[in-house]
Amino acid sequence: MSVPIIRLFLAIVVLFALLVAWTSRWTIFQADDLRANTLDKRPLFAALRVKRGAITTEGGEVLARSVRTRNGDYERDYPTDSLFGHPVGYAKLLTGELSGLERSRNDELSGTTSELNSVLDQLQGKRRAGNTVVTTLDPQAQQVATDALDGQKGAVFAFDPRDGAVKVMVSSPGYDPNMVNGEGGLSELNKDAANAPLLDRVTQGAYPPGSTFKVVTAAAALDSGKFTPDSTFDGRSGRVVSGVPLRNDGGQDFDNPSLTTSLTYSVNTAFAQMGEQLGKRTMADYMDRFGFYRLPPLDYPDEQMIKSGERRNGRLVPVTSPSVDVGRMAIGQDRLLVTPIQMAMVAGAVANGGKLMEPHLTDKVVDPDGRTVKTIEPKQFSQPISEQTASELTQMMGRVVEEGTGSEVQLPGIDVAGKTGTAEIDVANDIAQPWFIAFAPASDPQIAIAVTVERTVGGFGGTVAAPIARDVLASLLQR
Amino acid sequence: MSARNRELLGLIPASLLVTAGFAAVFIERGSLSQNELSDLSLTYGLIFLGLCLGAHIFLRIALPYADPYLFPLVAVLACFGLVMIYRIDDTLARQQAQWFVVGLLLFAATIVFLRDYRKLEQYRYVIAAASLALLCLPRLPVIGAQVNGAYLGIRIPGVMVFQPTEFAKLGIVIFLASYLRDTRQVLVVGARRVLGVTLPPLKHFAPLLLVWGMAMLLLIVIRDLGSSLMFFGAFLALLYVATNRFSFVFIGLLLFGIGAWYLGTHVSHVTDRVDVWLDPLNPARYGNEGYQIANSLFAQADGGLLGRGFGGALLETPNGFPLLPARETDLIYALIVNELGLVGAAALLIVYLMFVERGFKTALLARDSFSTLLAVGLAAVFALQVFVIVGGVTNVIPLTGVTLPFVSYGGSSILANFVLLALLLLVSDKARRPA
Repeated sequence: MSVPIIRLFLAIVVLFALLVAWTSRWTIFQADDLRANTLDKRPLFAALRVKRGAITTEGGEVLARSVRTRNGDYERDYPTDSLFGHPVGYAKLLTGELSGLERSRNDELSGTTSELNSVLDQLQGKRRAGNTVVTTLDPQAQQVATDALDGQKGAVFAFDPRDGAVKVMVSSPGYDPNMVNGEGGLSELNKDAANAPLLDRVTQGAYPPGSTFKVVTAAAALDSGKFTPDSTFDGRSGRVVSGVPLRNDGGQDFDNPSLTTSLTYSVNTAFAQMGEQLGKRTMADYMDRFGFYRLPPLDYPDEQMIKSGERRNGRLVPVTSPSVDVGRMAIGQDRLLVTPIQMAMVAGAVANGGKLMEPHLTDKVVDPDGRTVKTIEPKQFSQPISEQTASELTQMMGRVVEEGTGSEVQLPGIDVAGKTGTAEIDVANDIAQPWFIAFAPASDPQIAIAVTVERTVGGFGGTVAAPIARDVLASLLQR
Repeated sequence: MSARNRELLGLIPASLLVTAGFAAVFIERGSLSQNELSDLSLTYGLIFLGLCLGAHIFLRIALPYADPYLFPLVAVLACFGLVMIYRIDDTLARQQAQWFVVGLLLFAATIVFLRDYRKLEQYRYVIAAASLALLCLPRLPVIGAQVNGAYLGIRIPGVMVFQPTEFAKLGIVIFLASYLRDTRQVLVVGARRVLGVTLPPLKHFAPLLLVWGMAMLLLIVIRDLGSSLMFFGAFLALLYVATNRFSFVFIGLLLFGIGAWYLGTHVSHVTDRVDVWLDPLNPARYGNEGYQIANSLFAQADGGLLGRGFGGALLETPNGFPLLPARETDLIYALIVNELGLVGAAALLIVYLMFVERGFKTALLARDSFSTLLAVGLAAVFALQVFVIVGGVTNVIPLTGVTLPFVSYGGSSILANFVLLALLLLVSDKARRPA
């Protein structure tokens, strides 16, 4: 009977080899898929045991930190309450719901490093700890912007056009991220449809840009070489655009205004002609260069950003679509919907000599031993316009603030270049969307900013949004 | 070196393992100072070593020629299991240690009272009937216990949930070894070739069909695919060794396949298991019948190549819900992979394979057919039990509830497997005794 016994043993060896093979399948070959499976809550619970890194300002002020609870797990605490609710976000680790920097920098904050490193650390018996993320945000200006919005629904976004460092990112109404970890806190915030406090209006708010978009039209007009600052247009109110008469603000007629004059006084009919003469292709080209139809290049979760552009029933349609009225789009009407960050990027590109830098919230990442492990270097997103076009536009936008619609933003000793906008939302009830985009100092730009306030009754960009921009610029530039 | 001295040396790795294992668990918990750490883990190690030494001295006297590696391999498995269970729950580990002592007593009793184990042949029908009765007990009202849809336990209040399959597997192996010793010649001589397949003579084929019918019945009665696979696999292994006819095995597999297919498509409890097996990560089943296997796979992925270390795996959610169900019994292998990784799990499987190899070696050395078949049957059923549970946990086959011998928590398992060890040592002692 010895031959069948040996064969039987070999069969059992084969069965056991099968067991090792299948164990290898789950531990090695398909392990990454399994670890990424969202049904598995192990990574979430493991995250509770790791001291997640803090989020601080460059000055060392703590915006988010981990505190140890009684059972040895860690809990997230936000000492500045609602002030940085949107840019910092929240981290509800128990369910894996994250937002803002907490989400986009989750790998650094949770200390997830390469497999090799973690094996080495494991062998050395090191406890995993997260890295600290230092943001570029300016707490003083953030406070000023929040106060200036004064509870109105709206957004303020300011960044340094030279390197892309974001200084202010305020969406109002805000929310307190400390609430999220409480029982039912997140669903309560989600249910508040009237205020939508979790909506980041800077990156998710889709608003008609109104006349601020004339900066893009002017940029296309100058940079394409088809017009100069002195080119003149028919400035009469009531000129027919796409078969419908178009009014200037207050029904004012202008006598053959130049491009500069048209921007200074925001002459609708002149810009509509410009848009029609430039054509959809040229407009689409320049919009693309400024970042329209793309997600903003911010170090922020993609899920919390939307693309700017013409929209029909919530969906993006290309500028070249037959349904687009390019004349009205050129003055920021038609069905153009943009985010405040997109308009700040337009201002930023003009400010930085035509070079658009990627805005970023993160300055650097520091490991638990205090070593800087990553520094965010300035990165150019695109060059939408030439340096000459940028300088011509800067002069023209300077006039807007000196003598035009943006005179409210004048600051003693600082020359501001800007453009107002008041997008009509409900003409019958006099409801509009006031805007202001600007950069300062015009001679040596350090800050580019966009401000908008939702659905204001009887307000204008120059009277509602410009003063907010002025306060924030003053806070950032007059120290 | 004599067999018993080799056995004594073989116990050293086991006691080192238990001492190191407890030390590792204490360090991970971080609750003890250095002194307590060395004291306590050494105490556990010493008690364990004392028990093993006692058993060793007993073997020196009772079975001086028995295989020297079987007992140390069991000691390694048992102490490994004890550390694993201690890491899950101190109380369970204490109970397991008590069962270990009871198991050793039963082990000694078996050796003393069954010195002439060939007496078992005379009682083969009694043993077979008793085994079948044992298997049906869990279906009785009051004392029967249903676990996850399978009827595998009998409740003995205050003591344990007794698992009759653990003992029935021994009874059935004894019966088959004895029955096949008588009929193996007839089965071979009377065989005919029909359409290229060697068929056993009908007269003697009937009892085999009866065994097949019993396996199917078992499947219906206890509703457990794994146990029936274990029993029927042991039967086929013995049939093959007894007759050296692969075609018999082939016919048997075919019949089992048909039966399993029928049950897998018609009995809802078995159908569920098969569905989960085919698609273990289906989110729709995750909340109920898929939770065990999905978490078994997640735990293994979490372990990776080297594992998280003793005490490093996450067992519960922060609100105390078990993350890995049945982790001290059926799913202990998943926890082992989680904490010791592929490397540790493969090492464990090699220890099992070495034990099985010693069992087969014993069978080869045995001088009579009954002894050979008994050793083959015991080693095969042991190997199949490991295959059924580890295969279930790793989703090679549908997951069913049997224990990982000597490692899983559970009194019945420990007791029955010590009897299995005792029988193997008895056969071995007789086989290796100088003439």
